[in-house]
Parts: sequence; C-alpha cells; structure tokens
Amino acid sequence: MILPRLIVATLLLQSFANTAPRAAADGPQTPSRETQSSQAPAAPSARSRSARLTALTVPSTQFTLPNGLHVILHEDHTVPLITVNVWYHVGSAREKPGRTGFAHLFEHLMFEGSAHVKEGEFDTLLEAAGATNNGSTENDRTNYYIDAPSNALELALFLESDRMGYLLDAMSPERVNGQRDVVKNERRQNYENAPYGMASIELDKMLFPEGHPYRWPTIGYMEDLTAAAYEDVVEFFRRYYQPANASLVIAGDIDPAKTRPVVEKWFADVKPGSAAVPPIDYPHAMLTSVSRKTIEDRVQLPRLYISWITPSLFKPGDAELDVVSQILAGGKNSRLYKRLVYDLQIAQDVTAYQASAALDSEFQVVVTARPADPTSTAAALIDRIRTIVDEEIGKLQKAPPTPREFQRAINQIEASFYNRMESVGGFGGKGDQLNAYYTATGNPDYFNEDLSRYRALSAGDIQAAAAFWLPMNRRVELTVEPLKTAEPGK
Amino acid sequence: MRSRSRLAARLFVVVVGLLAAASFLLQVSTVSVASQQQAPDRSVAPKPGPAPALKLPAVQKRTLSNGLPVWIVELHKVPVAHVSLIVKSGSGADPKGKYGVASLTADMLDEGAGRRDALQIADAVDYLGANLSTSSTSDASSIDLHVPVARLGDALPIMADVALRPTFPEDELKRVREDLLTSLIEAEDDPESLIRFAFPRMVYGPQHRYGTLSMGTAATVKALTVADLRQFHSQHYAPSNSALIVTGDVTPTDAVTRLESAFGAWKGTAAPAATIATAPQLTSRQVYLIDKPGAAQSQIRIGSIGVPRATPDYFALRVLNTILGGSFTSRLNQNLREAHGYAYGASSTFDMRASAGPFYASAGVQTDKTSEALKEFFNELSAIRQPIPPAEVEKAKNYVALLMPRSFETTEALAGSLAQIFIYDLPQDYFATYTQRVRAVTPADVQRVAERYIQPEKLAVVVVGDRKAIESGISSLNLGPLKIVEVGEVMK
Repeated sequence: MILPRLIVATLLLQSFANTAPRAAADGPQTPSRETQSSQAPAAPSARSRSARLTALTVPSTQFTLPNGLHVILHEDHTVPLITVNVWYHVGSAREKPGRTGFAHLFEHLMFEGSAHVKEGEFDTLLEAAGATNNGSTENDRTNYYIDAPSNALELALFLESDRMGYLLDAMSPERVNGQRDVVKNERRQNYENAPYGMASIELDKMLFPEGHPYRWPTIGYMEDLTAAAYEDVVEFFRRYYQPANASLVIAGDIDPAKTRPVVEKWFADVKPGSAAVPPIDYPHAMLTSVSRKTIEDRVQLPRLYISWITPSLFKPGDAELDVVSQILAGGKNSRLYKRLVYDLQIAQDVTAYQASAALDSEFQVVVTARPADPTSTAAALIDRIRTIVDEEIGKLQKAPPTPREFQRAINQIEASFYNRMESVGGFGGKGDQLNAYYTATGNPDYFNEDLSRYRALSAGDIQAAAAFWLPMNRRVELTVEPLKTAEPGK
Repeated sequence: MRSRSRLAARLFVVVVGLLAAASFLLQVSTVSVASQQQAPDRSVAPKPGPAPALKLPAVQKRTLSNGLPVWIVELHKVPVAHVSLIVKSGSGADPKGKYGVASLTADMLDEGAGRRDALQIADAVDYLGANLSTSSTSDASSIDLHVPVARLGDALPIMADVALRPTFPEDELKRVREDLLTSLIEAEDDPESLIRFAFPRMVYGPQHRYGTLSMGTAATVKALTVADLRQFHSQHYAPSNSALIVTGDVTPTDAVTRLESAFGAWKGTAAPAATIATAPQLTSRQVYLIDKPGAAQSQIRIGSIGVPRATPDYFALRVLNTILGGSFTSRLNQNLREAHGYAYGASSTFDMRASAGPFYASAGVQTDKTSEALKEFFNELSAIRQPIPPAEVEKAKNYVALLMPRSFETTEALAGSLAQIFIYDLPQDYFATYTQRVRAVTPADVQRVAERYIQPEKLAVVVVGDRKAIESGISSLNLGPLKIVEVGEVMK
C-alpha cells in the first residue's frame, strides 16, 4: 500500500477502538491481578511479573538545542533500521475560522521541498536510500516520520532539518495549489465517497459548541480548502513550526553518543521562533440535553452513533472509559456485542471507544444495523437498537462489571501495551509513542505510568465512570439512513 | 514535568527542580558546542555510507513426532510469542460450486472447538490476553496466536482445539453466514470494496476461481453446509499439509515440548494439492463501467492476468512494479497525484499466487477528471515499456532491497515472512540471497518484463463511478468497447 500522507481525522491519540470481536485487542496482554476463578490460569509469579515491568521501560537520552528543539534518543538494535520522528505541537485545533483543514494541507506541503531540497527530491533521496516516510495530522498535533536503514540517518536528519528551518524559501502558490487538489481528493475518497464518511463531520458539529476547535473536521470544509492561500502557509509556519514547538525522536539502530553531534550539526542552525505559542483559548464543551439528527447516505444498512463529551487524555475518567469501552464492545462476550450481534443478531457490528485528546475527549458507541425486513423501517430498527444500548449502559451504571469481566478487560488493555513494544518506526512505533507521551506529559518514558492508571482501577470505578460520564439525558445521537430517493447525478 | 509553553519561551529559563537543573547544565554545554559549529553545508545531501550488515533471522527447524515441521526464530526483545499454524490449502482448493468453503471453514474454526463453545473460546483467549485469529488466502489457511510468553502454555491447547477439533455448530454457521452475507451488502455500498469484487470478475470470469474473491458469493455462501466445512477441514487440515511457525521470546527446546503436547498427536493425510489452471490471457481491451450515481470519485482498476508466485521474473517484477506504482515516487503516483492532483494516490500491484494472479493499476480519481485520469494511466502503462533510466532502476532496487529488515522486526511480521517461504516452497536461502537477487536486476531485465507483462492493448479497464457524469468522457477516449455492468453481476 502506498497512499502516504494520510490524515487521522479522529481524535484518537491512543484510545482503544473496540470493534468486537477480533479487532479489540490485536496483541498480547498479561494478566496482572489474578482472581482465584477456577477458569483462570495460574497467577504469574512475582519474578515473571517484574520481568514484564522491565520490558515496559523505553529508556532514552534527552537534550534540548538552544533554538528550543527537544531531542529524544532511544536505542533498539533488533534490526539495522532507524526512525526519525518529529511531532509539531499543532493540529487542526489551531486553525482560524475560514481556514479549516489547513494544518493538514500544510502537512502535505512539508514533503514538497525546502531551500536545499528540490521539489520531489525529499522522496526520491529517501527511496534511493531504502527509506519510507509519512506524516499525519490530528486535532492537537502533526507528526512526521522517516524510517530508514541506519546508514541513512544523516540524510534523514538533513531532510528533516531543512524543512524545519527552510521550508518557506521554496514555497510558492503553485505548490499550495498542487496539494490543495490532492487534499480535496483525499476528502472525496475518505469522506464524501466513503459509506458513512460524513458522519464524523456531523457528529463533531453536534458535540462541540461554536468556536470550539474540535467542532470542525481535520480534513476541513471544501470551501476552506479552496480559500487556503500562500500567505496562510507563511503565517502558519512562522507561528507553529518553530523548533521549540516541536520534538524530535530518533530511535532504533543508533549510538546516542554519536548521534547527538549529528543532530546538533543539522538542527542547530534552524532559527528559533519569535514568539512562544500560547495556550489554546476555547469554550467549555458541555452537553445539556439530547440532540438527535438523521442524515442520509448511499448505504443499505442504517447506523446509529451515540456520543458524549468526556475527560481529556490522562484526566480522571479517561482510563475508566477505556475499560468501559472494553466491557461494552471488546470481544464476543462484551455486553453490546453479545446482545446485539451474537444473541439478537439485529446488528452487523458494534464499536465503542474513548477517543482521547488534549482539550476534550469523546466517547462513542457505533452500531450498524442488519438490513431491515420489509415490514420495518430503518428508524424502527435504530429505535430498537438504541433501547438495547441504553439498557446495557444502564446496567453498567447500576452495578459494577463482574470480576471476570473486569479482569478480562484489564488484561486486554495490558496486552496492548506489550504489543506496542515490538516495532520502532512508523505510526505507532516506539519512536512515535515516545513523542506522544513527551507531548502529553513531558516524560517520553511514560509507559508504566500510563499502564498503572488501568492497574489501579476497581470494578466500582468502572460503574462510577459509566454513570457519571455517559448520561442518557445529555448526549448526541446521529442516525445514518439509506437514501430514500436515489439522487439522479449529483 | 515540562510544559510546552515553558519550553517555547526560550529554554535557558527552564529550571524546575534538580533534574531540570541537570539538564540545564547539559544545555549550556550544548550551546557552546553549537555556537562553535559551522552551519552545515546544505548544498549537497549527505550520502548514505555502506549499507548496514543484515542480521538474518536464524531459523531453527524441528519436527514433531507426527512429522509436523516446526520453524522457530528467537526474538527476545518483548516477552511475547507468535505461533502460526499454516495449512497449505486456501480458497484455491475450493471445489467448483463451493467457492468460499475454505474461507468459511477458517472463519468457523473458533465458533466452537474441543469442549468449548464460541463464547467460551473467546472468553478464555481474551482473559489470557491472547489474540487468536483464523484466516485464509488463496493458497493457505492459518491460525495465528499472539500471546504473552508467560501464557503460551495456557493458550496453545485452545489454539490446538480451534485448529484440529472445530465442532462447526449449526447455529453458529447460520450466524456467521448471515454476517458474511451482510458484509457483501456493505461491500456493494463502498466503491473501493466494490471494485475489488468487480475487477477479478471482469478479468477471470465467473468460472475461474480467481474471478471470485476468497469469501465466495452470496449464492455459494448460502449453499455451504456444516458437512461441506467438515469435509474441507478433514481433507486439508493435516500435518502432512502444514507447518508450525514460532517467533518470539521462546527457546526451541521449550517451544517444541509445548507444541508436541498440543499438536504431536494430530494425524491425517491431506488430499493431493489442488492445481488451478492458468487463466487465458486477455486478448483485447475492454472497458467496464459500474454506475454509482452521485459518486464524488471514480474508482479505477486497469489490468490483466499477471504471474504466479513461482515466476522466475519475481525480482525483476518487484523492481518494475516499484517504478510503475509501488512507491510514493512511482510514475503513476507522481503523475496522477503530484503532477495532476486528480487523486489522493495511485498504485499498481502484481498479486502473485499459486497460479497467475492479477496485475492491476488503480486509483480513486475525482469524478470530473475521470477521462483525463484514464488517459494518464495509459500514458504511463505505455511509457513503462520504454527503456527506463538506470538511476530510476537503481532507486527502485535500493527501495526493495534495503527495506527487507522490516520483515524481521516484529514477531508477527517475521512469522508472516516465514509463512511465505513455506507456502510457496521458496528456497531455504531465500532471505540470505534476497538482497543480491534484487541487486542483480538490470535495466534490461526491467524493460523485458515490462514489455512481456504490461500490454496496454490487452487490458480490462474497470470503473466504478457516476455514469451520467463520466460515460461520455470515457467513450470519447476510444479505449475499447464499453460495457455497463450491474452490481449484481459482479457480486453473485
């Protein structure tokens, strides 16, 4: 697959998207607090447990350059590859009215050349060195990586530093136009032409108040993409792409002592920004009632989305809601999956997840209905599904999950942490995770702290979080129904 | 803890507590080093030094008492293990009229096995923190277990039940069948999915196995019974037709002991391997259009019958495809995305299987540029047959050769690479000679395989898009006879 430069338009930072049954936890996990249940495997010994804890540490060397760029180096010699991973602490949440989608359009422009790198050369030089690269944009951040054989480290640093320091020297209105067309096609492909593609855009509009930076989609509105201009690129770069608003991770087959001077060589001449990036000022997001909406799409199966505004990443309630999502939709035995898909077979799939982000998070339940029989309308089908979703959430609000259910969920979450330790590069590799943790907490090696949030929970905490954060009378409900009359043409 | 706004406000004032003070000292020394440093010479991009030595995974081969081969690679970075049981029969072994039986058999393995029912299997696996998946492709079926190594002993018996002792309960088959039929309806709604059904149907026709996806069609799926699944399982899932691949934090001795107790008593001989006739190559150019009223993009797939995995031209074709549509700088992506902005991306693929699989170039393009995009596709499909500049070939060779270590990084990727060797009987020194075989490809080789396998006059052009908006534009290109295809024709 190629199609690089993808956009991650959801609020996901590292939430668990629970699409029962198989995708729930795509990796290993390690039971921690075993119970005595006869079905349960033997409790791990203290010794093996401490061995696992050691494996969750991702040690690094850190330093900050005079221009403000923070650098994190991590060694892993499994294979002779390195990753150069940069996070700019700016995403679509920083966009101005009338320029939605700009952070992502800007991301595209970062690959089009800089003062000392001709148009097209960024990719040509890397591929000739056996390297791959990509970037992605979310609400809160934009990231870039180059995965390369370790002998191409300096080439990667040259390219990365040149676009950090000298992007504007090579920028032109023509380059903006070129990527504007590409991004518009990205929007067509993944939103307009994709089944249910417009649902997330509608939901965010319903969830967040006017002026809230999560109200508009990261992919942007078409008319705003049309309006984006060369001058916007200049302003955005100067304001947000300064080295002090970025962090650089180099991980893999490196020698930190030898790597540091090479980083200094290439990044020291990147000029510091002139003004610090201020915190985002945004209106408080709070739902006060139920709002409902129905949209039509070229689909045959109706789908229901229910969403709540929930605590931001690492705030109290955030980890609890990850567990809630597992109990509701993680695996065949999860409550919503078992009832709607397995027992009643009125739904094709059920997903629940806490999409954690920096300002506010979003908890979402998504159910795709099986085709209605001719005697039943899409609305009736969705009503029935909604009633059952509410019953199940209601049960979780009144009583804690069973010990087995709770521990199974914790085990699955714990597993995902171990799974994340295997690869170094790309999106979601260790390099990317070090940057994610550094950006959110100031500590790149936050793996154990993050996992401890889940290990500290009790079944009662899960009940309490479901009761407090998922009220029936304050939420957003969006239904996607099949087009009633096929539109002729466009 | 460091906050972002503090860092941004000139770092020299960032002194919080002891740790930060220490890093302050480091920063001071950094400043002096950096200020003495000359700005680097950016006029020439740094040339990579010699490629790093490749550490090949050491495959340790064992055999269980029933003859089942076990391939083990130790990877001790993370305390996890990945175990794959590969059965060398997939949808290529589906009997006529029962397309989808291999796929449905694999789907049903974990819906009841040994003494556990579907929910009990899922509960046991989830509780262990394991991931157990069952799947099939054209040429193999596999059961994959990914598990913390401390839980390997608990998980293997469940995996063995699922692989060897599935019960195929009638009511679960009914449920899974309904799930599959509904997913076929969902596929009709998604142009990107729909073209994956349509293209092979147009190239291979409904009779050849490759003209229908592994999962079969609504009609064949509806007709499959528990007896069909049992028969497929007993004919193909046998130690003589399988191998175990283990990667991760294990030692061979311990792994073999555990595998022997889980799989050692498995008996049986598989039916002779099915052979799939090579489909006749296309003889002309034909255009197929599937209407999607109101579609914002047209999905395009252009191609023909390609090559089997065993082709002696494998490495030349890998290089060729990298140049044509297998990387970001490939000609198709540069043309359709970067030069014209018609698409988010464009690519090409040689899908190699036991018999000759499809070759295709594809993209989703904006509706009002459909004919322009088609024209550019054909420009590239013709140009690729001309001599290719040596630098372009060299770039592609490096890309193919130097990314290989990625296949060895994770337990899952490594197991997947080894599975390819088993499924396609690749030579034992495949990894060891891979780089040199890529290096040996010459520009002349690339041109030869381009001329042989990409023949612009003998291609199927499949488009899923808004007929009203695109039909006349497509017709005016005179690519060949245009046929309007109904959705039902490619899904049934």
